[in-house]
Amino acid sequence: MHPVLKLVSQRLALGILLLFSASVLIFVGTQILPGDVAQSILGQSATPEALANLRAELGLNDPPMTRYFNWLYAALHGDLGTALTNGQDIATSMGRRLGNTLFLAFWAAVISVPLAIFLGLLAVRYRDRWPDKLISGVTLASISIPEFLIGYLVVYFVAVKLGWFSSVAMINDGMSLLEKLNAIALPVFVLVLVVLAHMMRMTRAAILNVMQSAYIETAELKGLSSFNVIFRHAFPNAISPIVNVVMLNLAYLVVGVVVVEVVFVYPGMGQYLVDHVAKRDVPVVQACGLVFAGVYIGLNMIADIVSILANPRLRHPK
Amino acid sequence: MADTLLQINGLKIEATVFPPGEPPQDITIVDGVSLSLEKGRVLGLIGESGAGKSTIGLSAMAYGRGGVRITGGEVLVNGRDILPLGTRGLRALRGAEVTYVAQSAAAAFNPAKKLLEQVIEATLVHGRASKREAEERAIALFAKLGLPEPETFGNRYPHQVSGGQLQRAMTALALCPQPDLVIFDEPTTALDVTTQIDVLAAIKEAIRDTGVAALYITHDLAVVAQVSDDIMVLQSGRTVEYGSTDQIINHPQEEYTRALVSVRSIEHKEKLPTDAPVLRVKNITARYSGTQFDVLKGISVDLSPGQTLAVVGESGSGKSTLARVITGLLPPRDGTIEFAGRTLASDQKNRPREDLRELQMIYQMADVAMNPRQTVGTIIGRPLEFYFGLRGAEKRRRIIELLDEIEMGEAFIDRYPAELSGGQKQRVCIARALAAKPKLIICDEVTSALDPLVADGILKLLLNLQKVEDVAYLFITHDLATVRAIADSIAVMYRGEVVRYGPKSEVLAPPFDDYTDLLLSSVPEMQLGWLEKVIATRKMESAGN
Amino acid sequence: MRNIPISALIGLVFTGVYFLMAIFAPLIAPYGLAEIVGDVWEPSSSVHLLGTDSIGRDLLTRMIYGGRTTIFIATAATMLSFTTGAVLGFLAATVGGWVDQALSRFVDLMMAIPSLIFALVVLSVMPVTIPVLILVMGLLDSTRVFRLARAVAVDITVMDYVEAAQLRGEGRIWIIFREILPNALSPLVAEMGLRFIFMVLFVSTLSFLGLGVQPPAADWGGIVKENKDGIVYGIAAALWPAFAIATLAISVNLVADWVLNRTTSLKGGRGG
Repeated sequence: MHPVLKLVSQRLALGILLLFSASVLIFVGTQILPGDVAQSILGQSATPEALANLRAELGLNDPPMTRYFNWLYAALHGDLGTALTNGQDIATSMGRRLGNTLFLAFWAAVISVPLAIFLGLLAVRYRDRWPDKLISGVTLASISIPEFLIGYLVVYFVAVKLGWFSSVAMINDGMSLLEKLNAIALPVFVLVLVVLAHMMRMTRAAILNVMQSAYIETAELKGLSSFNVIFRHAFPNAISPIVNVVMLNLAYLVVGVVVVEVVFVYPGMGQYLVDHVAKRDVPVVQACGLVFAGVYIGLNMIADIVSILANPRLRHPK
Repeated sequence: MADTLLQINGLKIEATVFPPGEPPQDITIVDGVSLSLEKGRVLGLIGESGAGKSTIGLSAMAYGRGGVRITGGEVLVNGRDILPLGTRGLRALRGAEVTYVAQSAAAAFNPAKKLLEQVIEATLVHGRASKREAEERAIALFAKLGLPEPETFGNRYPHQVSGGQLQRAMTALALCPQPDLVIFDEPTTALDVTTQIDVLAAIKEAIRDTGVAALYITHDLAVVAQVSDDIMVLQSGRTVEYGSTDQIINHPQEEYTRALVSVRSIEHKEKLPTDAPVLRVKNITARYSGTQFDVLKGISVDLSPGQTLAVVGESGSGKSTLARVITGLLPPRDGTIEFAGRTLASDQKNRPREDLRELQMIYQMADVAMNPRQTVGTIIGRPLEFYFGLRGAEKRRRIIELLDEIEMGEAFIDRYPAELSGGQKQRVCIARALAAKPKLIICDEVTSALDPLVADGILKLLLNLQKVEDVAYLFITHDLATVRAIADSIAVMYRGEVVRYGPKSEVLAPPFDDYTDLLLSSVPEMQLGWLEKVIATRKMESAGN
Repeated sequence: MRNIPISALIGLVFTGVYFLMAIFAPLIAPYGLAEIVGDVWEPSSSVHLLGTDSIGRDLLTRMIYGGRTTIFIATAATMLSFTTGAVLGFLAATVGGWVDQALSRFVDLMMAIPSLIFALVVLSVMPVTIPVLILVMGLLDSTRVFRLARAVAVDITVMDYVEAAQLRGEGRIWIIFREILPNALSPLVAEMGLRFIFMVLFVSTLSFLGLGVQPPAADWGGIVKENKDGIVYGIAAALWPAFAIATLAISVNLVADWVLNRTTSLKGGRGG
């Protein structure tokens, strides 16, 4: 087998194994820890009978292994169970919310990725001069503030003081794309700010690393223009690190989404998860955890596969 | 002269350094260097590390590496000063009139592009030939430089060819635009000695046939003597001596040049082996875990007390693996090691402390062989404490004694390794080994990271210490000149086997086996015309066969 | 300690001020933590420097006590994460073999789930108390410390001076404490600063989501949650924690940068 194919399939297998292990971890985290789900739901004042009934109803008396495999089997068939709090089918309630979250994350990514790469290149081009220093100062500041606070700062200054856009991002199926985009403008802006800083810092580092290679000096000593040096020699070698940076930060976006949705009361997965953690609705939390972990692991896997594909040593073996 | 191609007058080059915890400082790297080079001639720039030779070379392209600035003098290429040229003018110069061959071709080629594309790129960008013409030229150069399958060689990626081939391809890259001047920056330093001679011959032939002028930068005087017409000797950014190759090699005027020319002329009288060897390596076979082939195949050598056994070989010969087996870091698959009459445990962890004490080791890279957070006193003192239980004043007295033995003295006792020069670091490592009062010291390429004069000092020190302390050395090296200087007996290794073994006088005397012959004849000698002689002999031999 | 650059000095001063405020909070705070002293969301005045909060408590007092809680939790979690991560990381690097494999693969798995999500999952079944928060945050974050400590230690164990000590016959204790640790300390200390900032952000986020410090106790994330409704009316009370967190984080960052630079410069030698 071609070594690239072998590595890629290894990486795919590893991704599936990780996802499986993550499901075990999430299950262990919610079911086997000392906390008692039934107790959590009913509170300290619950009668022993009520507790026993609920335990039986939730299948908490089965051995953990049985419960895990029942859960996994159902989850693999698209059945994520029903929410404890309102008895609704989780898969159905989650479906639309997942769509909303992906819609938000998609637009954040569409704006932040090219912008981060452009600004990263700019910082490298003007290294140690004012554009670079300004960019790194701003990124340091934005890395130092938690996402939700950036959210409120934006709400305060943009929505309240300037009166642009709404501070609440409600969307529904009846809205046109433009209306939807208008509604999510602020959350997207906040997500872009959050991801941009990390992505740009890492892009800058990745490009600088490539620019310091000896073959860049060779290209300069050939008398190539800076444009040619960057696009013919630096770029082919920078693709893999940059894709890695982008994927890592998209994974980061997945987490940022949770908090930003809460700030803007956006009907997405994050809001759904946080609400049900507070209500101690374990099946919903498990399902959401699994979906988030799946997206995260998937993005990391894509990053690894791209860097395997971009490596000339692997593509053209001896 | 009418045909002067490169004229450098009063060149001054500065750089800004950022010493930790102090304000940035400007230091002078090159000061008042002048030279001139005519068409079709080769000028060698020679000096130790830090002499500024690469910096001068790159100044012929008005290029400064990492914060280096040309602050004075003029650089004339074809009669016009290139220093005032703007970006556009310099771009037209670089890669067209003047080209560059880097020391490490492996790093200087873009890993993501095919060789041919990179070789012809400058020619195309500067419009010096059409694409087809450039490709034909490149293929012709590949053939001239002795690359295999010149027609298709360029379709490979850099990682698909060997180091020696890459260095030739780099030369092709520099010659393809048909420049007036090529700067060769240590083009053969990273290569094995048997590869070096072929690349050197190929470069020399290419220079002669194309009639290009060249600046040849190296630290190895014997190498530069083979290719250059004139030589400039540099030290700390200043010219020490500048003259024809014949004058520099045969009639050096300056003290420093004389030292460089006579380097490694240490006289060492060979001692005869005794009946009771201190080290007896018997039939050792070893491989690294997880691999399928033996790195060492049935190695047997003896070493008598107070003598030196040199283990010579090129990279991949297994000579360093032999050291790991003897020290017990890599237990062999087969065979035994006898040390001072007893059989050593194959794994270092099972050896009694006395065995560990009597067998010491010195490493190639002295700076990573010493803990950067310990002072010289702690580094040398630890074995004293560990093996002999010395403490306090007694330990200090012994440390100072050892510091005197390595010709450094008490003043160094509280210094950190970072505050020492390369030679001093290696001396401290020697003292640390001696502190254990060993019977045998394994020296793994201990001089190969050092400048020739410094290396010479270390070798002299080792020889003196051997007389005083009666310690035996197992000396691992790729450098035959070093071997000649210090060995009593020699083992030549090739692909995991000892191909020739015996007292120095026998090993270095004919008749030779093929490999030893190749190895010995490949070591550059400090005489004019040596390269031609060797190449001619080899051609005759192969014709005879 | 000579030659401290100005940026590191500023960082040290601000970090020091914040820690002193945390330690002496009851002495500095003008009012009681849960004391209602005025109207809802009073603007800043000489009586209430930062105004009052959503139910009329003095905001400055809340901020000072909040800082105390936030800094305490972050410090404790950092210490937990460091002891666990560094000890296991060094162990994995020096012992190697299956111990290393088992620990490393487990950490890979832990890191395959974003820590916020994992924390939420665990907190959905655990009682939300300060010790539980510290435990969950500390253990989740120790995976990152483990990776760094292991990487640093592996880099050092392949150095010839460690091999030289091994060949001399030194025991594992000497090798870890005398050869590896002194060389690994600086990068770890610098990382400790970054992990501390991360903990501050982490606990603030959890509190903001209502899953961290529970009322009536105050912490910076919680203050945002309590006062966020004021924002739409143009009341900036919820933004003060942003200022506090950002200045603390930047100061610690500046100190960490300095520590890291000092480390790298030590390797550089004499600049020759």
